[in-house]
Amino acid sequence: MTQIVACIDGSVMSGAVCDAAAWASQRAQAPLKLLHVLEKNDVPAAATLAGNIGLGSRENLLLELAELDEKRNKLALEHGRDLLDDAEIRSKADGAIAVTKQQRHGHLLNTLIEGQDDIRLLVIGRQGNSHKPLEHTIGSHLDDVIRSLHKPILVAMNDFKAPQSFMVAFDGSETAQRALDAYANSTVLVGLPCHLVMVGHDDEAHQQKLESAASLLRSRDFEVTVARLSGDVQSALAAYQVQHDIGLMVMGAYGHSRIRQFFVGSHTRKMVSESQIPLLLLR
Amino acid sequence: MLNSIKRDWLANIRGDLLAGTVVALALIPEAIAFSIIAGVDPKVGLYASFCIAVIISFVGGRPGMISAATGAMSLLMVTLVKDHGLEYLLAASLLTGVIQILAGYLKLGDLMRFVSRSVVTGFVNALAILIFMAQLPELTDVTWHVYAMTAGGLAIIYLFPYVPKIGSWLPSPLVCILAITAIAIIWGIDVRTVADMGELPDTLPIFLWPDVPLTLETLWIILPYSVALAAVGLLESMMTATIVDELTDTESDKNRECKGQGVANIGSSLLGGMAGCAMIGQSIINVKSGGRGRLSTFMAGFLLLIMVVFLDDWIGQIPMAALVAVMIMVSIGTFSWESFRNLKQHPLSTNIVMISTVVVVVATHNLALGVLVGVLLASLFFANKIGRFMVVKQEQVNADERVYRVVGQVFFASSDAFAKSFDFREVVTRVTIDLTHAHFWDITSVSALDKVVIKFRREGADVELIGLNEASATIVDRFGVHDKPEEVEKLLAGH
Repeated sequence: MTQIVACIDGSVMSGAVCDAAAWASQRAQAPLKLLHVLEKNDVPAAATLAGNIGLGSRENLLLELAELDEKRNKLALEHGRDLLDDAEIRSKADGAIAVTKQQRHGHLLNTLIEGQDDIRLLVIGRQGNSHKPLEHTIGSHLDDVIRSLHKPILVAMNDFKAPQSFMVAFDGSETAQRALDAYANSTVLVGLPCHLVMVGHDDEAHQQKLESAASLLRSRDFEVTVARLSGDVQSALAAYQVQHDIGLMVMGAYGHSRIRQFFVGSHTRKMVSESQIPLLLLR
Repeated sequence: MLNSIKRDWLANIRGDLLAGTVVALALIPEAIAFSIIAGVDPKVGLYASFCIAVIISFVGGRPGMISAATGAMSLLMVTLVKDHGLEYLLAASLLTGVIQILAGYLKLGDLMRFVSRSVVTGFVNALAILIFMAQLPELTDVTWHVYAMTAGGLAIIYLFPYVPKIGSWLPSPLVCILAITAIAIIWGIDVRTVADMGELPDTLPIFLWPDVPLTLETLWIILPYSVALAAVGLLESMMTATIVDELTDTESDKNRECKGQGVANIGSSLLGGMAGCAMIGQSIINVKSGGRGRLSTFMAGFLLLIMVVFLDDWIGQIPMAALVAVMIMVSIGTFSWESFRNLKQHPLSTNIVMISTVVVVVATHNLALGVLVGVLLASLFFANKIGRFMVVKQEQVNADERVYRVVGQVFFASSDAFAKSFDFREVVTRVTIDLTHAHFWDITSVSALDKVVIKFRREGADVELIGLNEASATIVDRFGVHDKPEEVEKLLAGH
């Protein structure tokens, strides 16, 4: 049974993540799993620079390190459990279906990839707990998660309001076409009015792609508004969102190769860091 | 990938830089000492330690592990250097690297699972003994000054850390070297110093192709050495990686480490250094000092070269006694003292494996041979144990019929006992051998069964076999049940 998985880490965004996950769970009638990953701290707990080794140094060192890790991890484990309990209460109050909790050791990304087959939709905050609650920064994990995970991802911002409509940034690219198939069949989005928006691309070919996308969505009972904007992609989309009071942005993610993305920066990255509303990223 | 680079290099910058510094200080005496064991100038070992540590920090599979010139490798080079000279050693180191890269691509790192715990313990203890024994030439036929200095050095190493405050941030091996050198200079004591042992580096290493004739003859000279060096280098590296894995509670990529060791050795040989491998003692010091990432290994190699090149006049004045003291510390720290305590609790077979490994290594000075003997012994003991897991039960159905039920593992070690479990003297007309709960693991067991059947026939009995096909399903080399729990259960439960 695939489920909605929400990443809880106790950062300022965890509340919004709970709300968003509960909303998705309720709409898709899918069970919700709250996930807390205990990441290994890379900085050793203690060190001495005495630089000598003697009788039984290795055995003692192992015991000593194990003991320090034990203390540190016990606290982290309990803290995580409390976070999950709070998240459970909050998401149940929000109306989530069948909430379960899970704690895992390891790196978040690896944990998610291992459990990928069970994920129907991943809900994650824009920044994790290692960031100060600044706007316009993207969490240390999010980038990798978006790139590596082949599942839809709902990125929650500081707070979450159940969206009354959603907008799709469509550019006719292959990623956008593939994403179209995904949200046209989405049980989370079904029934919400859709704004299909394209910025730039004033040529015939793109016009046609936009039209066919709109008719595909209409055939799936979406109420579609098509809009064509001009100017800078980010600001045009942002203005449109404010103007129509849209609560959710849907887009295909990371069409470029890693190398190109590293140097050029991608729309997706920029959208994630600048957006005021939650984003649903599809691959 | 970027993320893993960040994690391996930048997650623990302060700890890695400090630990790398501590390790670099301890690497200098080791590199000099191991060059002397191999019979080459100290600069060969120092260049090697620099190259290996720096290269492995990029290409190795175990962040935080220290690799450099090592005693285990030096001991294998002695005769090559004596008979053919340094250039052949460099060529052999190059070939060692090539072999190790091949081993990495063939995934030989996975073979480490056949090396049991007691063999690892034996290896570590043997290594400690070899490092200690290698110091003995410095301690024979010398004046009492040398003994006093060595003892004083050891006292500083082990007592200085108890000095409040500075004891915990000033590496005591460094204090030992500084103090002993100062004493020797101030009182003008005439003892052997590092400068007496050969040339020290005064420049950065330069690229050098080993000056040997590229003939088949050269290959035959260096090949046996290279194979032994590659084997020992990989063994010590894999074991050290396991130890670091355990200490830091993280995982390493063993096959990447094999390839990395190869690349590092090739790099070292082309810059005038000898072959090396991972170092157990130094890696423990690194972890203890808070080193976890690749930066610590890089720092150790880099700083070593800087110090050696710019301080070569001073390093030349270090008395050998100070180095001996540091090396004795490394030897003591490498030795697994736990294994002494465990001798009483562990079964005899385990102890025999461990001690045989040590004895063979100390006798041959070749760690690979010791491991080979240890692994063979451990396998034999294991086969013997599993061979006892076989029983043949007899049942009399009626006066004329006898049923034998075979339960357990039948293979080369138990097939004799299997054949002897049947009573051929008994006069019956029908014999049934029920193999439903047996497993035949090899051809030896099948031929033993054939013999039993023929023997019964000769005595005039009809023989019926039950469940032979299922029992012999385990003979084929690949009966992949690892990933299918239900298959394993079926096998173990009978068919």
